[in-house]
Amino acid sequence: MAISPPPQRIWWNLPVARSEIIWVIVAFTWGLVMFSAMVYWHMEGEQNLSNEAYRITPEAFAEKTNAMVEQYQVREESGIPVVHPPPGSDVYLIARLWQWWPIIEFEKGQSYRLHLSSMDWLHGFSLQPVNINLEIHPGYDMVITVTPSESGEFGVICNEFCGIGHHNMIGKIYVTE
Amino acid sequence: MSDFNHRVCPATGLRIHKSAENLIKANAFVSIVFLAVGGLFGLLVALTRWPGVHLLPADWFYLALTAHGLDVLLVWIIFFEIAVMYFASAVLLNSRLATPRWAWAGFVLMIIGAATTNVAVLQGNSSVMFTSYVPMQAAPHFYLGLILFAVGALIGCFVFFGTLVVAKDEKTYKGSIPLVTFGAMVAAIIAVFTIASGAIVLIPTFLWSLGLIGNIDSLMYRTVWWAMGHSSQQINVAAHVSIWYMVAAVVLGARPLSEKVSRGAFLLYILFLQLASAHHLLADPGLSSEWKIFNTSYAMYLAVLGSMIHGMTVPGSIEAAQRARGFTSGLFGWLRNAPWGNPAFSAMFISLVTFGFLGGISGVVMGVEQINLIIHNTIYVPGHFHATVVLGTTLAFMAATYLLIPLIFQRELIMKKVAMWQPYLFGIGVTGISVFMMGAGTLGVPRRHWDISGADSMFKFDFPGAAYLMMGLNGMFAILATLGGIMFVVVVVGSLLFGKRTGDKPLEGLTMTTVAEFGDAEHPKIPGTIVLVGVFFVSFILYYFVNWKYLAEVWPLR
Repeated sequence: MAISPPPQRIWWNLPVARSEIIWVIVAFTWGLVMFSAMVYWHMEGEQNLSNEAYRITPEAFAEKTNAMVEQYQVREESGIPVVHPPPGSDVYLIARLWQWWPIIEFEKGQSYRLHLSSMDWLHGFSLQPVNINLEIHPGYDMVITVTPSESGEFGVICNEFCGIGHHNMIGKIYVTE
Repeated sequence: MSDFNHRVCPATGLRIHKSAENLIKANAFVSIVFLAVGGLFGLLVALTRWPGVHLLPADWFYLALTAHGLDVLLVWIIFFEIAVMYFASAVLLNSRLATPRWAWAGFVLMIIGAATTNVAVLQGNSSVMFTSYVPMQAAPHFYLGLILFAVGALIGCFVFFGTLVVAKDEKTYKGSIPLVTFGAMVAAIIAVFTIASGAIVLIPTFLWSLGLIGNIDSLMYRTVWWAMGHSSQQINVAAHVSIWYMVAAVVLGARPLSEKVSRGAFLLYILFLQLASAHHLLADPGLSSEWKIFNTSYAMYLAVLGSMIHGMTVPGSIEAAQRARGFTSGLFGWLRNAPWGNPAFSAMFISLVTFGFLGGISGVVMGVEQINLIIHNTIYVPGHFHATVVLGTTLAFMAATYLLIPLIFQRELIMKKVAMWQPYLFGIGVTGISVFMMGAGTLGVPRRHWDISGADSMFKFDFPGAAYLMMGLNGMFAILATLGGIMFVVVVVGSLLFGKRTGDKPLEGLTMTTVAEFGDAEHPKIPGTIVLVGVFFVSFILYYFVNWKYLAEVWPLR
């Protein structure tokens, strides 16, 4: 029994049932398939993180964001600037207690280098209802090249707990045709 | 030095030493107290996340969620694991426990640590969640309590290792250690790695909270914290798989199909599980994809392979035992005629099936580097780990408790009917919790979030009605699970206080004699298990590719 020492002293030489051997081979092969799938998606799939990131201070990141807002602001909503940067450009989004800043307007089908960083604690970038979720650190400039494939108004929820105002930290991204 | 104060168990003939017995009782009892406290915090959390009820105010919600995670995920489980380790070493090896005084010192440290951290949380300025990610800061005694608790648990691990040495030295058993003891040893080895990682991350964080260290990097913290956080879940897996084997042995007299295969599968856990820190960092900046792919797959899924092997060998050993006793009709006659009225068996089997189908499959899928993008930090994540940690670990520990009451506490169960239904009610409740949280997560509902309606927010995002529906259903099933939890605590505590003393009577419902020898001339085949494993494998493949399809519909990212 499993609660007593193996009855045969030399248990490691006993034959193994065929059903067990087959299952071990099948499960191992499936593991190799799943492992290769991640590598394959980097070559053929369209949703991958480049893992491009830089060390940056919150002050430096805020400075870059301010410069972008000054250059590309088109209007304001509830005191938050809305920017419409040109396709292909570097776009900055600040996460801080408890706000996403500014509001960004993308054009559908165009690519942007989106930079994300936190001014204070950890935050979670959760683009809804698209459902893209990223961890946002202070001190790290995370760069993703994103190509919006649908137009409309999207919510940016914070999904990393960041204190008592966490649930009020909702931002916006627009995608125009 | 040695303690010859022992009794002989009437069921097993094993010598049970008083010192080991008392420590098993103390650790098991304290664990159940924390299960009750942490479980009730969980109910408050679920009722707050039920949009129609929204019970607690925001500050109390985040406090209750922090306490829930600490008390059940950490304190309940580790105390019980210490009891399992002492049982698997001293009792199963017929030995005295090494250095009972140290074991008591560890026990006291763990209690002081758990109490200190709980006090910090209840004082209200340490609602930093179980993970306590920096730079958010808790009160210093929050971290200090965790450190003391970990030191106590580490002492427990070394008492376990010491007992293995004592038993071998004093020749209390012949040949190799039993499979269950081997599994507990695997758990203890992973525990040492886990606690070392915890020390590396929590000691500097404690000093930082005192102002002695200026800055702690948030990415470094998450990387090392999860070397502790995920590895501690691997302790649980090794421990509850051992308990599956133990219950199958004690209740049905099942033998492992092959000692070699089952031990090999446990060994894969030691070799590869500690890479799993990466699961939590797939959506983080600053780590390469190569690192993420290698580590998140535990080096080509070799640890997953271990669990898939146990997924066949545990039910296979049960089928072999049942067929040997004459339940040979059809594919599933052995299963139909299993002792479903014995809560130890039903809890164990529900744990086995739900851990594999719900927890195992969802865990592998969300651990795929790219698929994690559509799951990270959504409520899918707690949906997954309630299937692994509550259905898998907690339910298996409940099954073990139903065996410990007659064997160690020497009491009969009271309220046998209540005990009989308890695993089903708890199992259905937690299955609902897992399924509906995972469902809401696929719709993007965030975890650790007080109000998804954004009522107080400057901007709003409207989640679909189905998300609200599923969060409501989650709350309803949490009530069922709580009822199941209360039944468990009442039956256990009631049995300890008022259960009839079993004395030297043989125990009903326990076989304790080997009935199946897989590999001999008349050994039974296991066709039913092969069908079950086939169904599992097909579900796994389908769910895996469905999620790649979901991912393919998301905005292109590079």
